[in-house]
Amino acid sequence: MSKDIRIPKGLDIKLKGTAEKILSDLPRSEVYTIFPTDFHGITPKLLVKIGDKVQAGDALFFSKTNERVKFASPVSGTILDILRGEKRRILEIRISADAKDSFREFGAKDPLKMSSDEVKSHVSETGCFPYFIQRPYEIIVDPNDTPKAIFISSFSTAPLAAHDAYALSGQELAFQTGINVLTKLTSGKVHISVCGTDNSFFDKLDNVEIYRVFGKHPAGNVGVQINQIDPINKGERVWTIKPQDVALIGRLFNTGKYDATRVFALAGSEVNKPQYYKAIQGAQLGKLLTTQVKNTNSRFISGDVLTGKKIEKESSLGFYTNLISVIPEGNYYTFFGWMPFTQNQKLSLSRTFFNFLMPHKEYNLDTNLNGEERALVITGEMEQVFPMDIFPMQLLKAALAGDIDKMENLGIYEVAPEDFGLIDFSNTSKLEAQEIIREALDIMIKEVG
Amino acid sequence: MQFLRNTVDKLKKPFLKGGKLERYEKGFQAIETFLFVPNHTTKHGAHVRDGIDLKRTMMIVVIALVPALLFGMYNIGYQHFSQVEGSDLSLIHLFGYGFWKVLPSIIVSYAVGLGIEFAFAIWRNHDVNEGYLVSGLLIPMIMPIDLPLWMLAISVVFAVVIGKEVFGGTGMNIFNPALLARAFAFFSYPNFMSGDKVWVSDAMTTDGMSGATVLGSLAQNITPSYSTMDMFLGLIPGSVGETSKLAIIIGALILIATGIGSWKIMLSGVIGAVVTVFAFNAVGLNELMNFSWYNHLMVGGFAFAIVFMATDPVSAAQTERGKWMYGFLVGFFTIMIRIFNPAYPEGAMLAILLMNAVAPTIDYYVVNSNIVKRKKRMKTNPLKTA
Repeated sequence: MSKDIRIPKGLDIKLKGTAEKILSDLPRSEVYTIFPTDFHGITPKLLVKIGDKVQAGDALFFSKTNERVKFASPVSGTILDILRGEKRRILEIRISADAKDSFREFGAKDPLKMSSDEVKSHVSETGCFPYFIQRPYEIIVDPNDTPKAIFISSFSTAPLAAHDAYALSGQELAFQTGINVLTKLTSGKVHISVCGTDNSFFDKLDNVEIYRVFGKHPAGNVGVQINQIDPINKGERVWTIKPQDVALIGRLFNTGKYDATRVFALAGSEVNKPQYYKAIQGAQLGKLLTTQVKNTNSRFISGDVLTGKKIEKESSLGFYTNLISVIPEGNYYTFFGWMPFTQNQKLSLSRTFFNFLMPHKEYNLDTNLNGEERALVITGEMEQVFPMDIFPMQLLKAALAGDIDKMENLGIYEVAPEDFGLIDFSNTSKLEAQEIIREALDIMIKEVG
Repeated sequence: MQFLRNTVDKLKKPFLKGGKLERYEKGFQAIETFLFVPNHTTKHGAHVRDGIDLKRTMMIVVIALVPALLFGMYNIGYQHFSQVEGSDLSLIHLFGYGFWKVLPSIIVSYAVGLGIEFAFAIWRNHDVNEGYLVSGLLIPMIMPIDLPLWMLAISVVFAVVIGKEVFGGTGMNIFNPALLARAFAFFSYPNFMSGDKVWVSDAMTTDGMSGATVLGSLAQNITPSYSTMDMFLGLIPGSVGETSKLAIIIGALILIATGIGSWKIMLSGVIGAVVTVFAFNAVGLNELMNFSWYNHLMVGGFAFAIVFMATDPVSAAQTERGKWMYGFLVGFFTIMIRIFNPAYPEGAMLAILLMNAVAPTIDYYVVNSNIVKRKKRMKTNPLKTA
């Protein structure tokens, strides 16, 4: 039995270069890299040093503030290097991989026959807590909490997004086990939302509340769905997790092995053949990106073009990544580019370009800012792409002012930076909304906790 | 274009950090970014951005103003020759007369206003904002044609410095700068801003003629001699931009179609005015009260004000629900002031300035209802009480 949710507002950004549903194996890399910078607010305490031998599933480090949050090695091999930045902050842990992985044996388990505490300590022991992200604050969860609910969005509406149901084909059983694990971690329910216009194995899951969601981006954002299903109040905690990570946890319980294999899409207008690849977390991307992307003036993004992180061509697959987007850089000048109704190759929420008459057009957008940052002048445009019951501009202003009471009143606990991705995109003043919200959330963590 | 770009790059050098003219960087930048949308790429947040920027937004408003401006120029000539000189001339001639009358005030308005904007930008080291591109054109369009240029200049100085910069510049002002300029002139130089003689070019120096506006006649309880069609097309005395309802409607359609102007404010403003007129029609004590609703929409500055001034996003209500209320009250107060205060035959200016002051309060209550809802949800939350 599923319930329908309709999201009335939003904007689908249609970009050229959607990944075709072809899956290839990425050849095994020599070196795998874990980036502690993938984990916002975590200070790593190392458990290994250079030269140590590790198995896949061995903990590499844990969070300084909570030793139950452990981070596992995706492969077996030898610790090659630990790269540090300013103030000795750890940036990368590089593992020279064995030719074939040997796994640490955790033993197959049936979560439904275990108590909550047993499941929790098993998830902690196997380094799976980093896959759970807490709202409020969009940070890795505290294993000592019991969330009021766990939310999964089984689809993404972001530009060029990977199709999760496709990426998980063959993983249906593992996914169900993963759901069973989640039911043991919350005092409430596990909620999964599925794409309203799509049929997949997600519709047939047990032990979970299913919602069919209809609408434009950001309908696929878990935050928007939470706001519709069961909004977060002050003092409450909910957890969220991505579909591929649910399957990873399921595999772990089914087989006893920490198998960090994931499927990611390589997409974008600059990619020769956009398609899906299977690789282990931390795999080197340099070779793939060199052969697939010819334009040297391109931007590589780990994630989607609204919320992703800029990476270098020689980088590695991130901890959570299921999409690498490649788009052209926009470092060029445009003569009288602001003249209304010119530059029709650019997308706009406003109707100041003639291409608003072509709603199905696919775009080849670049990274040009298309103007300069300005004071907030235009009103009403943020509301058009922000489907939560929250006043986005007023919240952003409170965030800029660092006014904690006001942010609390206006719903800061319900939002994450990704919910402001479209506001980043569409606002005339080129305000950096996601950055403002991230900083505001960090203030809230410090002041309220 | 590459040649021009290279020239700009060469000229830019002394303005960059460490250069001789470093202090004037922001001023140069304003001109440079006017010529070229810069090559800045996204550094944080979303990697792709909407094609719109504030320059494009403001240009849309300027384009929307053009029909009213062109008709206004023609009408200046038409009123002058039909009322003062009484000769019959060709369209080109009439337009030409008006063009040369209006052009100096546009130049003065832009020169003084942008001059102050540039000076403040250089002094306080911030970017020059585009807001004045619109204000600078609005100001000459809402003034009487014969207002001496020095009075216009002083009004602009007041509007930009006191109305905008002291609050922190574009985006921070409470009142609409163009209306503030008009209000300043209105109260400082009443002889040039109100009465029967200021709305037709050269009428002040001509004896024995009446250049009274429709509202002016009505306030004296005289039935005006203009037909509804004249009022719609704009062949009546008035300030440059306000007379032609046809041109204003074209502008309104441009603003609504592009999504730049708030249709909610325009529509609720018209509803507010019409409802108020109906109420007064029922009482019907004098000419103004008996004037029909469609005629009320046709005369004076209301149509121009509700389309181009009330929709200024900075000084209007900023919440969507607030915009409905704000627009309605602008319409309501415009008619109230028209009917109850014959000293100010046109109420739109004062109505909008009043509502500019009230708009934050409207927003406060709209936002507060969301806050109250959130607090209530927390209290009734079953998990909390369990």
